[in-house]
Amino acid sequence: MAITVKTVRRPAPGKTSYVRAALKGMRLTFTHIFQKKWTMQYPEETSQQGPEAWTISKRWRGTHRMEVDENGKAKCVACGLCPQVCPANCIKLVPGEDEHGNRYPLVYEIDEFRCVFCGYCQEVCPEEAIHVGVHYQNAEYSRDGFVYDLERLMKQSHDVSTLWDPADPKGE
Amino acid sequence: MQPITGTPFLIASAIKIIVIFSMIMGLVALWTLVERRLCAFMQNRLGPNRVGPQGLLQPAADGLKNIFKEETLPPFADKALFMLAPMLSFTPALMTFCVIPMASPLPTKWGLVSMAIADLPVGFLFILAISSLGVYGIALAGWSSNNKYSLLGGLRASAQLISYEIAMGLAAVSVLILAGNITPHEIITRQHDSFWFAAPLFIAFFVFLVAAFAETNRLPFDMPEAESELIAGYHTEYSAMKFSMFFIAEYANMLTASALLVTLFFGGWDIFPGLSVSAPPWSVTKTLLTFGAFWTKTLFFYGLYIWVRWTLPRFRFDQLMDLGWKFMLPLALGFAMVTAVAAWALVASGIGLNHKGALALFGLNVVLAIALFYGLDKGRIIGGAGMRARPELKAGIVSHLGAD
Repeated sequence: MAITVKTVRRPAPGKTSYVRAALKGMRLTFTHIFQKKWTMQYPEETSQQGPEAWTISKRWRGTHRMEVDENGKAKCVACGLCPQVCPANCIKLVPGEDEHGNRYPLVYEIDEFRCVFCGYCQEVCPEEAIHVGVHYQNAEYSRDGFVYDLERLMKQSHDVSTLWDPADPKGE
Repeated sequence: MQPITGTPFLIASAIKIIVIFSMIMGLVALWTLVERRLCAFMQNRLGPNRVGPQGLLQPAADGLKNIFKEETLPPFADKALFMLAPMLSFTPALMTFCVIPMASPLPTKWGLVSMAIADLPVGFLFILAISSLGVYGIALAGWSSNNKYSLLGGLRASAQLISYEIAMGLAAVSVLILAGNITPHEIITRQHDSFWFAAPLFIAFFVFLVAAFAETNRLPFDMPEAESELIAGYHTEYSAMKFSMFFIAEYANMLTASALLVTLFFGGWDIFPGLSVSAPPWSVTKTLLTFGAFWTKTLFFYGLYIWVRWTLPRFRFDQLMDLGWKFMLPLALGFAMVTAVAAWALVASGIGLNHKGALALFGLNVVLAIALFYGLDKGRIIGGAGMRARPELKAGIVSHLGAD
């Protein structure tokens, strides 16, 4: 975006006054009393429910979700790209191999406290298995609760982030 | 009916003290919520609405929090004065209220009960004297905190109060000229007989209103606190209930100033000038009606404080002094003289100071107000410091980045 200069129009001396300016301001604040209030009353109104349900961006990068194939198994092939690319070093992956020579994760843990929600794991994943999610309600009672294991990541049902679409860069 | 005397007087006074004290404290607590809710509405927000229905229990929660918070006592502060300051600020704020009559006198079988705690013959002087005491609390708080920001706040408070006290007193002089008395009850009666003094003394009302804002340290005159400049000014070092005392004092001062404005310029508990509903013989119904009238008017001005606070930006300190000494003081002084001459002329010509006289003075005030707001006020705006110094700014529209 080009830089533009906004010229501030100062009031001309002789054409303004304390009293008029004050009364004008008071009229303005008074009309605001009756205008629509924009406060989102969070626990009652969320992006899912309530009379004023809002929408969060499709590009929102929240807690992760592991995609599941038709057999109910994780799509992850334990290639090791995501722990490699992760700048916060929050993904713990121990690869295993079954009798057909297919790799699968023995241990797959994401520490959501360490995560910086950059979304690189989703970008780098060749199987489109790991995703960051469109989700923000993550309260837990303990720190341990924020280490999501594979089972938990597979159970997440929220939408996954549409990180970036060259045809629609703003995600509209 | 005779005024109440003897033991019934003592009992009635005790009841009045308890009722009025708890009423004021309740109202002050409520008004902290009203302020927060109203300012939220003005900013298209909702404000605190979680504690109780519509947030009505929020003041109780705040009070509880303040009681249980840790009291800090800065090691470098002057202990005795530091403890004394909140009390000194809190007490006068509540004391002023005791001479303001809140309703017409109540007839009982023991005699006529005045609806002020103390119906002092010198009530108005009492108000002026006690309301000036409040600044000691603020100045002492600033000084004893031994902290440069607090000291600046205290200094500003005392300078500001002295400046505006004069304009306030001079504005009230014209009221006293018309009323011919300094007893609050008599001032109200005079207004009932002629007209509410806001009409025949509009300029004085305007000066008094502005000075009242300055006296209570509310925006646009909140220099002693000035969050952005002095952190919190004189009460930076205070915590818990001691801070709360300053807070209550501020709101109680506002309530008193509103009640005073109503008493001096809007007929106090008078429902409408000339109506028999607020004239003797007194009855219980009349007391209740006038009580309602008084509080309706007072709460309007109490609300006005909030409305103005969330509208106007703060003055700079030199602008504040400028307005106080160069504009308000000469204006109040000049107007007191004009009123004195006009009142003398009206009495001398046999018109008197009742309905006709009030009407004549109202006419005079309309002329003066137009001259004042069009003539004197024209061209006055709070510009940056460079506004007057730079001649090119005077020609036409000032369009300059960084003009101030």
